[in-house]
Amino acid sequence: MLATSLVSGFAIGAMYGLLALGYHVTWVVSRSVNFAQGSVMMLGAVIAFALAVPGDWPMPFAIGAALIGCAGFGVVLERVAVRPFRARGSESWLMATVAAGMLVENAAMFLFGKEPRGMPSALARHPLMLFGVGVLPLHIAILVVGLGLAGMFLWATRATPYGKALLAVVQNPRAAQLMGIDAAKVTVFAYALSSALAGLAGILITPLTQVSADMGFVFGIKGFAAAILGGLDNPWGVVLAGLLLGLAEASVTAFAGSGATVMASFGLVILALYLRPHGLFGRAETRKV
Amino acid sequence: MPLPKSLRHTTHNISRALAMAACLFAPHIVAAAEPAPIPVGLVAALSGQSAVSGEAITRGLAVAIDEINQAGGVLGRPVVLVRRDDESNPGKGIAAARELISREHVVAFFGGIDTPVSIALVPVANKEKVPFLGVWAAGTGITHNGASPNYVFRVSAVDALVDQRLLRYAVSIAHAQHPGLMLIDNPWGESNHAGLEAAAKAANVSLAGAESFETGDTDMTAQLTRLKAAGADAIILVGNAAPAAEVIRSLDRMGWTVPVISHWGISGGRFPELAGPSATKVAFVQTYSFFKASPKGEAVLAELEKKYPAIKGAEDIIAPVGTADAYDAMHLLALAIAKAGSTEGPAIQAALEALPPYDGLIKRYAPAFTAADHDALGADDYIMVHFAENKIVPVD
Repeated sequence: MLATSLVSGFAIGAMYGLLALGYHVTWVVSRSVNFAQGSVMMLGAVIAFALAVPGDWPMPFAIGAALIGCAGFGVVLERVAVRPFRARGSESWLMATVAAGMLVENAAMFLFGKEPRGMPSALARHPLMLFGVGVLPLHIAILVVGLGLAGMFLWATRATPYGKALLAVVQNPRAAQLMGIDAAKVTVFAYALSSALAGLAGILITPLTQVSADMGFVFGIKGFAAAILGGLDNPWGVVLAGLLLGLAEASVTAFAGSGATVMASFGLVILALYLRPHGLFGRAETRKV
Repeated sequence: MPLPKSLRHTTHNISRALAMAACLFAPHIVAAAEPAPIPVGLVAALSGQSAVSGEAITRGLAVAIDEINQAGGVLGRPVVLVRRDDESNPGKGIAAARELISREHVVAFFGGIDTPVSIALVPVANKEKVPFLGVWAAGTGITHNGASPNYVFRVSAVDALVDQRLLRYAVSIAHAQHPGLMLIDNPWGESNHAGLEAAAKAANVSLAGAESFETGDTDMTAQLTRLKAAGADAIILVGNAAPAAEVIRSLDRMGWTVPVISHWGISGGRFPELAGPSATKVAFVQTYSFFKASPKGEAVLAELEKKYPAIKGAEDIIAPVGTADAYDAMHLLALAIAKAGSTEGPAIQAALEALPPYDGLIKRYAPAFTAADHDALGADDYIMVHFAENKIVPVD
């Protein structure tokens, strides 16, 4: 009966998964997390909207420019808010990335305005009725992109030199450096990639919702919840956890109303972590002593 | 030859004394030349999801104030508008109203689109004895607040009466027998829930059910699916533009074609842009349409076109009820201040309850308010409209 809302839950879950994948990428490379992910997601949506609607750019160009903008922001973030602190052995990057996210959000509020806008998309106009359930082509596209990117990431880290370099940096940064792998460059790349993933999530989800300067905060937190739930080290785990979180939310909303959604979904996250402290798909790290 | 040091010091002191005297007396000189303005306040959503409503209200007030000032002001003094953004947040609204009263010394203040904010402002107005004129929010309890004397007046729709009108439209025009309710989960939604249930009972109509949604919700298919399963043959919608747009998009996603009859919150934002093509199918209530030709309407439209060059005709007026209600409310307030012969709150409140007949934009107020009725508009003043692209036009 409520299959249509479960389809929406899947789509939103896929976005949590994309954000979680972004958290995973920086974590495996640098053992740091970009807490501005939600704000970068908003940034992607706002840039794409501003270029495509008032700017009248063709949508593919607007999306390309938004992704480049987000990746660029990731590079700046790593240089300004992460690297200096990690070089000093400090964990202050955590607060610095949160602060950077807030700065971006407030700047967007100032430039874009607080009023939500509608992102046009041909894929979000006419639903396909599959077994009596309304499915928008964008729902399918989001799922394909989310799972496709997770698959690509896994393949790239196993089969390409750059992916192997990335894993080498994770295993042993000093040894990787001795082998001629520039760990700093790999980290910057990870931040750029993670930010582009967040921007893509923003661009994909807004035709189903709305573009607004304050859309990123809740998405960012839920994406992080998915990353923790899935096990930060496992790319498939974080994407699947994102999907599960989206489905859980849709189910709770369907049966108990949206007032209970946040309470129930985060309650489930805590319960799941209590039962499996390293995430549903994660493994405990072994450490030699 | 340079002056001796002692003389230089004396000259410096004299200059300072003269400068200080000039500063001290300057305001009095200006005051003698120009009478002190009468400040009136506005606490409304000037940013956020309902920013369009705040802008519409501002325009109505600005045109009325221009007319009043060009005619010599009130009590020989010009009227000035002081605006504060409540961001649709009751707490911010209360802070803004208190600041307007204590620091800006407004003689009265107007309110915006949000019933929760207006409900929060009611005790402030009654406690501070400063008249509060609602020009949009329709929550029944705003004017029916139990205070005596009551400093809250309204030139706008009233939920209890709007609900009767929406139900009547659903049954007679949309041929519904079991309308379902989709209500925003806040005091405005609650006010309409009670009003629509009462209206349905009075009209002997059985409701299919009532569902609620939050402001930030992006998917209402679950609630709508339940209403559909309960046999709803029309949806009566109460919510502001952004979440109401999500209701329409959820209907589209489900492929459910059902008549939607809406309260007017959808006209306070970018509803057609957010809801997509189906926005045009939604019928909703208004207190005024600039497409309704009248000499006063044409005069106000001409003023709006002159003051806001983006307006080329009635179709360009955003959120017209905000502009029309605010325009009439400002003129009624000016009449009350003139009748009171004072800018003291209690005197204006008493004058508002005993105004002479006045030919306004929306209608002839004869009179606008009485001691027992602080609502200037009634059910007969409402019209049903819909969006034609971005324009609000009467339903045929």
